[in-house]
Amino acid sequence: MKPSAFTYHRPANLSEALETLGRYQDDAKVLAGGQSLVPVMNFRLAAPEHLVDINRVPELSGHEVAGGTVRMGALTRHHELLSSPGLRAAAPLLPLVGPFIGHPQIRSVGTLGGSLAHADASAELPGAMLALDATIVIRGPSGERRVPAGAFFRSYFTTALEPDDILTAVEFPVRRDRQGAAFREVAARHGDFAVAGVAAVVTLDADTDLIADARIAAISVADVPVRLSAAEDVLRGRAPDPDVLGEVRTAVQDVLDPPPALKASAAYKKRTTAALAAHVVERACAEAKREAA
Amino acid sequence: MTGTQTVAFVVNGEPRSITVEPRTLLADALRTDLRLTGTHLGCEHGVCGACTVIIDGRPVRSCLTFAVQAEGREVETVEALAGPDGELNSLQHRFQQHHGLQCGYCTPGILMSLTSLFRDNPVPTEGEIRDQIQGHICRCTGYQQMVDAAVEEATTNAGEAR
Amino acid sequence: MIGEPLVRREDLRLLRGKGGYVDDIDLPGVTYMAAVRSSQPHARILNVDTSAAKAAPGVLGVYAAADIEAINGLWPQHLAHSSLKMAVQRTLPVDKVRFTGELLAVVVAESRYQAEDACELVDVDYDPLPGAGDLHRSLDLGAAIHEGIDDNVAAHFTQSTGDVEAAIAQAPHVLRETFTMTRGGGHSMEGRAVAARWDPALDQFTVFDATQVPHQARAQIATVLGVPDEKVRVISPPDVGGGFGPKAGMYPEEILVTWLSKELNRPVKFIEDRYEHFLSCYQEHRQEHSVEVGYDGDGRLLGLKDVFLHDTGAYAPSLIVPLIAGTTVPGCYRIPNIHIEFRAVFTNKVPCNAVRGAGRPQGVYVMERVLDHIADDLGLDPVEVRRRNLIQADEFPYNVGLTFRDGSPLTYDSGNYPGLLKMGLDLFDYDHQRDLQRKRRAEGVYRGVGVSIALEGVGIGPFEGATVRVEKTGRVTAVLGAPPQGQGFETTYAQIVSDGLGVDPDLVDVVTGDTSTIAYGVGTFASRVMANAGPAVLEAATEVKDKLLRTAAAMMEAAPEDMEVAEGEVRVKGTRIGVAIAEAARLANAGAPGVNLPKGVVAGLTSTSYFNPSSAGYSASVQACAVEVDAETGEIEILDWVVGHDCGRIINPLLVEGQVIGGVAHGLSNAMYEESIYAEDGTPLTTSYLDYPIPSARELPRLRLFHQETPTPLNPLGAKGAGEAGTLGVPAMIATAVEDALRPLGVRIHDLPLSPGVLGDLIAEARDRGPGAA
Repeated sequence: MKPSAFTYHRPANLSEALETLGRYQDDAKVLAGGQSLVPVMNFRLAAPEHLVDINRVPELSGHEVAGGTVRMGALTRHHELLSSPGLRAAAPLLPLVGPFIGHPQIRSVGTLGGSLAHADASAELPGAMLALDATIVIRGPSGERRVPAGAFFRSYFTTALEPDDILTAVEFPVRRDRQGAAFREVAARHGDFAVAGVAAVVTLDADTDLIADARIAAISVADVPVRLSAAEDVLRGRAPDPDVLGEVRTAVQDVLDPPPALKASAAYKKRTTAALAAHVVERACAEAKREAA
Repeated sequence: MTGTQTVAFVVNGEPRSITVEPRTLLADALRTDLRLTGTHLGCEHGVCGACTVIIDGRPVRSCLTFAVQAEGREVETVEALAGPDGELNSLQHRFQQHHGLQCGYCTPGILMSLTSLFRDNPVPTEGEIRDQIQGHICRCTGYQQMVDAAVEEATTNAGEAR
Repeated sequence: MIGEPLVRREDLRLLRGKGGYVDDIDLPGVTYMAAVRSSQPHARILNVDTSAAKAAPGVLGVYAAADIEAINGLWPQHLAHSSLKMAVQRTLPVDKVRFTGELLAVVVAESRYQAEDACELVDVDYDPLPGAGDLHRSLDLGAAIHEGIDDNVAAHFTQSTGDVEAAIAQAPHVLRETFTMTRGGGHSMEGRAVAARWDPALDQFTVFDATQVPHQARAQIATVLGVPDEKVRVISPPDVGGGFGPKAGMYPEEILVTWLSKELNRPVKFIEDRYEHFLSCYQEHRQEHSVEVGYDGDGRLLGLKDVFLHDTGAYAPSLIVPLIAGTTVPGCYRIPNIHIEFRAVFTNKVPCNAVRGAGRPQGVYVMERVLDHIADDLGLDPVEVRRRNLIQADEFPYNVGLTFRDGSPLTYDSGNYPGLLKMGLDLFDYDHQRDLQRKRRAEGVYRGVGVSIALEGVGIGPFEGATVRVEKTGRVTAVLGAPPQGQGFETTYAQIVSDGLGVDPDLVDVVTGDTSTIAYGVGTFASRVMANAGPAVLEAATEVKDKLLRTAAAMMEAAPEDMEVAEGEVRVKGTRIGVAIAEAARLANAGAPGVNLPKGVVAGLTSTSYFNPSSAGYSASVQACAVEVDAETGEIEILDWVVGHDCGRIINPLLVEGQVIGGVAHGLSNAMYEESIYAEDGTPLTTSYLDYPIPSARELPRLRLFHQETPTPLNPLGAKGAGEAGTLGVPAMIATAVEDALRPLGVRIHDLPLSPGVLGDLIAEARDRGPGAA
């Protein structure tokens, strides 16, 4: 399990990185954290001729919270999701998702941008981006493009990124008042890719305490992470009581047509995703109330 | 370039320079070029954790890191843990006392992950210890005795902090 | 020192990263062998074109079957059995491949990277044949996996005691069920590893092999190479990164590395990577047990008939797994009439051979599930049904009436199963656990309790040997034929020598696994070494002590019976008058050239002993756990877990504890996590840890462990074996506990391992059937 030979490039800044990618196009791959790419190379399932190591591109690091928007550089390491107090306040979903992304040693180097660009349908962060209503910021030869997360993921391991593009950052709104988040997944082992998983961000009406807005996203049920809009519609203007949560389950079951996995049938994924959806909605509502109190 | 490349980095406190192909995994560079064979390869796809080393203070899979990426970085391997005369450090000693290892193949990686944990948090709970080593597979021990060793380390640290 | 929890001396090097595994051994000029493996589960080989690979950078040679005719004759059957048909196996297949991952050709290059580059350039033309990924498909395949064995049945074997048909016909109650279980690989963290160099001056091979069976490996390599055994020195290094059974098999890479070291006159090394471990290292596949059991109204067993299918993969190196599985079924229960029958079936999968437990977890699972069903049927507590059938402490030796895998009558040597069960239930607080279960159920939580009891045939022969000698430094060397893979031999055997000889264990050096240091050995597997090598070491040490006392007595002109070994000296009893051990050894082992030894001095303070047990001994374990199941997701949480273990006399309790807990972890993985899965045609679908979960410290709950010691009369140490007993009862216990938790829904568990997805679907099906429908 040793990778094929490649030419190594270590650009010092973003324009150099873009220029290198532009030169080699499909023959080149971006190396960020490498926690998904390098295994695939070790298995020789991928053998890029050129690797463009962006780890020392300064424009891609760091995160900031300003003007009601959170901006996270593509090189944000997964462990930062857990350790940054600023992020915790601005995007409480992320520290909830963080512990499920691989293991501590993977989180040391794995990056936000890398996870999104890799676009594994069972990965946590792509689903979280949907629930956060994130915008993916991309730099290509013709400048910057901004793509909503819902339009970014196209199919298995396929995104809106062109070979000469670099995902530079993601942006999403800062947590509002009376907003709560929750995440839950089922995996073979803790930290493994999800068999089913759901993220929810729910905002309660300040006067009525009813659900004003819910964003729910499921992973591992299709070729891309999926917004559970039908369930969101059920919730609007209502309280998370058992009847409503029952409707949420039905709504989720009705819309999903997941592919089976090893040891997890399509029916299992459907049922479990529905159950997780109801569960995270309930928990997110409780969080929203707790934060408000 | 696909030929070879020189990498200058610090390994266990000493500046080192090696010339490798860019595709050379850091684990292979440590084992073959620097003859630091304490770092082991168990799966080469980032799950088993045997190859874990510390890079710039964080535990990292050396099977998912190319040696060229270590340019200018500080790498620590299991060989750095014992004292100059080979005396075991406190965590190593507790592993021996509690029979926290059997075949020993996964042990260096686990020691590095725990070393990193104890630097960040000298008094982790048993849950935090298990969370930290969840990224390792040990087929021999069932983990209980190594967890006991780490819990004892934490308990001692807590006592010293008081 | 026997019985003391000594910490391990091995740890000093391992903890410092100074271990010496095969891949760590510095072999100047070493070359790297990489493998070209079949991409097809079953296909004719039309052509293997190695020309492009030969021209690749760094390549020293590429070898397919046509290039190795000198070493490509038929392999001897690894372990013959009267019912096992001879299936052709060679170093490299000539006509066809029989499993994905089968070795087809090898490349030797200056680096592993270059060797893998060249492997990609080897072009193989296949003519695909219908393949079988499971037992039933193989039986209906209509194509022979091995020529001349048209039904794909490798073996059909039956043994019985009493008259089971009559017993079942007359029984008031009869149970008929089918239980299936699939296991997986060994997954030692170090894969297979072998490196060889050839010494032209001696025309001798030195083979560093991470094997559990160095003497068997030597015999196999020498036979296939056509050289005398003495020309092959196999060394299993002191550090081997786990074995768990698969490293007790014979593999073509061992032959090729050795042969190529002479062909190329360079050291050659092969390190199995994880992908290759999934594809080519022996595993245990599926067994399907159909049982018919007669019992009376009190739940007492009257007759048991178990007819099972065993998936042996593409080759059947032995029948040990189904033989052991079948003879494990009766367990610690009194069953007057037994019929065990199996068919081992070839499939297009990596060959089956023993993995920690070796068929026993399947056997225990079958019997324990049977008892649960009987309890259910009669409305009895499952523990009470077990209790009523247990063999009692005064019934030993207990002859089951079958023949064990070692060829001896299945006769239990010693034990106290009711006592072990009682200790386990007391520690677990069984009644309290049942109360808790009722309370949690009332809260709507699916909580269950599982109890299992397992017996393990251990310490099988034929023999193991040891040499003990006193060196002229005053230190003592103990040489064992069997090698360790993490069990701590250097520590435990020093404890035995210490007691036998009367020296401090720190003065004892233990040397293992080198065929040049001891003539014969069998190997480390089947929890057998302590019961074989332990008595051999003790006897050799005792004999050496006698020689030492006589020598020192002669030197001091005293009587041997007045002497004792103390503090590194041989002294006149009760005094400080004596000679240093080193001094006695210098005289006895070297003397002065041409000068006669003083009268009474024994020439050579060394002794070699071989111990051959008359039959296997039987270790026992009891396990109990409480689980809660999330009925929506199928997730299982283990809340409490007690393990009791009886392996006879314990040499080092600290290390036995490690063996038991490690075994338990393997068993839990077999119950809830790992499973090798294949497509219908035999294509492997689980070839990385992304698809093959092995539990981490997050998944393993804390165990509470206790011991019972019922020494075996089969050897002077009284020791049995501890390597596998922890594993055996776990799948049964988990199935029982989960079924118990989900009793309100009527979920039945007939197939292991579970996963959230598998259990979730069982729950959904039960809900669809409606309550009480089960």
